[in-house]
Amino acid sequence: MLRYILQRLLLIPVLLFLFSVMVFALVQAPPGDYLTSYIATLSSSGSSLDQAEIEALKAQFGLDQPVYIQYVRWIQSLLRGKLGLSLEYQRPNVELIAERIGLTLVLALSAFVFTWIVAIPLGIYSATHRNTLLDYLTTVLNYIGVATPNFMLALILMWWAYSQFGLSVTGLFSREFEQAPWSFAKVIDLLKHIWVPMIVIGMAGTARLTRVMRANLLDELNKPYMTSGRARGLSEWQLVMKYPVRLAINPLASTIGWYLPEIFSGSLIVATVMNLQNIGPLLLRSLINQDMYLAGSILLIYCFLAIIGTLLSDILLAWLDPRIRMEKT
Amino acid sequence: MPSSIKPVTQPSASSLSQEPLLRVEDLKAYFFMDEGTVRAVDGVSFDVFPGKVVGIVGESGCGKSVTMKAILQILEPSAKIISGKVTLRSRFNSLDPDSPEELVELTGLHPDSRKIRKIRGSEIALIPQEPMAAFSPVYTVGNHIIETILLHQDVSKQEARQIAIDVFRSVGISMPEQRIDSYSWELSGGLRQRAIIAMALSCNPRLLIADEPTTAIDVTTQAQILKLLRKLQEERQTSIIFITHDLGVIAQMADEVVVMYLGMVMEKGPVHTIFKDAKHPYTQALLRSIPSVQSTPRLKLPTIAGSIAHPFNRPAGCPFHPRCKHFMRGVCDASQPALAPIAEGHFVSCFLYSSESMSPVATGRQAVPATENNP
Ligand SMILES: Nc1ncnc2c1ncn2[C@@H]1O[C@H](COP(=O)(O)OP(=O)(O)OP(=O)(O)O)[C@@H](O)[C@H]1O
Ligand code: SF4
Ligand SMILES: [Mg+2]
Repeated sequence: MLRYILQRLLLIPVLLFLFSVMVFALVQAPPGDYLTSYIATLSSSGSSLDQAEIEALKAQFGLDQPVYIQYVRWIQSLLRGKLGLSLEYQRPNVELIAERIGLTLVLALSAFVFTWIVAIPLGIYSATHRNTLLDYLTTVLNYIGVATPNFMLALILMWWAYSQFGLSVTGLFSREFEQAPWSFAKVIDLLKHIWVPMIVIGMAGTARLTRVMRANLLDELNKPYMTSGRARGLSEWQLVMKYPVRLAINPLASTIGWYLPEIFSGSLIVATVMNLQNIGPLLLRSLINQDMYLAGSILLIYCFLAIIGTLLSDILLAWLDPRIRMEKT
Repeated sequence: MPSSIKPVTQPSASSLSQEPLLRVEDLKAYFFMDEGTVRAVDGVSFDVFPGKVVGIVGESGCGKSVTMKAILQILEPSAKIISGKVTLRSRFNSLDPDSPEELVELTGLHPDSRKIRKIRGSEIALIPQEPMAAFSPVYTVGNHIIETILLHQDVSKQEARQIAIDVFRSVGISMPEQRIDSYSWELSGGLRQRAIIAMALSCNPRLLIADEPTTAIDVTTQAQILKLLRKLQEERQTSIIFITHDLGVIAQMADEVVVMYLGMVMEKGPVHTIFKDAKHPYTQALLRSIPSVQSTPRLKLPTIAGSIAHPFNRPAGCPFHPRCKHFMRGVCDASQPALAPIAEGHFVSCFLYSSESMSPVATGRQAVPATENNP
């Protein structure tokens, strides 16, 4: 097992290198660069830059260099831990990301917890009470949950809260707390706001997870070891909790793999629609403005988390399932 | 009263200890499915006396396993017990050899009630048909056994582990301290079977239900396992319901034999009677299909002309009549023969020996097409 983990860890730098090339190529791909979009913004507001100023800026940003040099410079700054300089903000990307990472994590983790707390019991109930009214209801809600885009749900909730209660549910803070330093009152204010985006972001995942849990459990409930357990005198409840639930959780562990990068990306569209100050809008803005080092850095972190997440999933699975554990020793 | 629910032998004394340990009377269990109703068990009666081995034989699908699940009330949700009565002499304390007893009607208990859960595993233990699947793959075999012991006995985890190790040793597993921490899929077929037997014996049950305990293992191991079961049975005076396709195994193991066909009992009696003096055409066909003792490879599935009827489409009258050499038109397909005594302890359900048919109520129920749920 240890050797297996070590092998996987050694693979990470190689994968990261490949991903960095791909990410850079992708961010570079749209026509023009940061300056072109910067000039376009300026001219739409009526001002303009002369040729000399443009050349000076080009040189300053390194945009006059060939693409591979730009890549190398980005990588160098990555290795120094700076993740490069944001062209738009003229600040190290690390700082920009760090400012938003806290809220991103709080939001994503609360959505994650919400998902599991709702989905696991609901899935267990649905499977053990198969074909009852509540099971059908759960199934219908799951279909709706999976099929509704979450930004749509966000818009509906925003409209509903506003038209019914005159409440604005966008953002994570009330106006008076937005710029205020952290305090107990600010945390309370955050808690008052966070449940709407939490539900919005967590809903699709909850629906999906409930369905997965139900299906996994239904598989396990018919296994002969259940009959054997009943014949030994275990109650239904003891039996379901100890055996099938334990096995049904296994496939869920593998979802951590893709959940980790999700957490970081901060649900781009929802966050933009609901004006949540997490990583999502930052990434969107950097892509629109062709702020390529910022966009590249965020995307690369995303890839890194995907790699780590998959590794964590594998380790977790091996830990949960002795058959896999033995195989990989 | 239909004769089919008479006990095999009348208890000679009125004391409880002369009574059968388990009495199954006219048990019926059906599966209700969209495709129709499967009458998996359709009127089964037999008694199990203390310290005796009852062998149940019949071709695949005749309802042997479902009968056992119905006795333990662990049927699948799609199955229902339609009628019948299962009575068990249950000890108040399964660890005390002189424990007082009570008669418990298992069919009257809720399947998830505390009372029947206490009986399962400690009074009646099951050796399930699929040995691979008796254990969950993610827990060690010891975990399962200790769990069972903790459920039924008032001991600490440490003591339970020691009991598990002891019972492992008693079923002939070497290095029990290590083996107890293995997973079922790490054990060989023979060891796994021994572990299952150990689990079944761990709480000292008085009745063991062994559902084809040797089908999944090779012939040599099979012989060892049978010897072990026989030895344990003699030492502990455990009663066993032994289910098999294999009449050869019945000859070695059983005291009494119950021959089943399509959910019904065709013939039952003491083992020597069945082998020397079988009366029912189905039993006779089964016996003819056993290769002689000299030819070693024994066929598991006796080959009898014709095939078993489809579960949804059961023949009217005697269930065996489409395959029977002695079929009498207008008699055998008109009504169903009752299980009638023809000698002391020997019962046969066939019109060759008795003109008695099932009681009108039961016949009426038989006449309902098996596919009544099917539009
Ligand atoms: N879960 C189920 N759903 C529907 N029908 C079932 C189910 N289990 C068993 N049956 C039906 O009940 C009948 C009896 O099955 P059972 O398992 O008792 O046979 P068996 O005598 O134990 O056979 P085998 O020797 O193959 O184990 C069969 O016709 C089978 O199709
Ligand atoms: S009742 Fe008739 S068909 Fe059935 S076994 Fe006897 S002779 Fe054969
Ligand atoms: Mg069976």
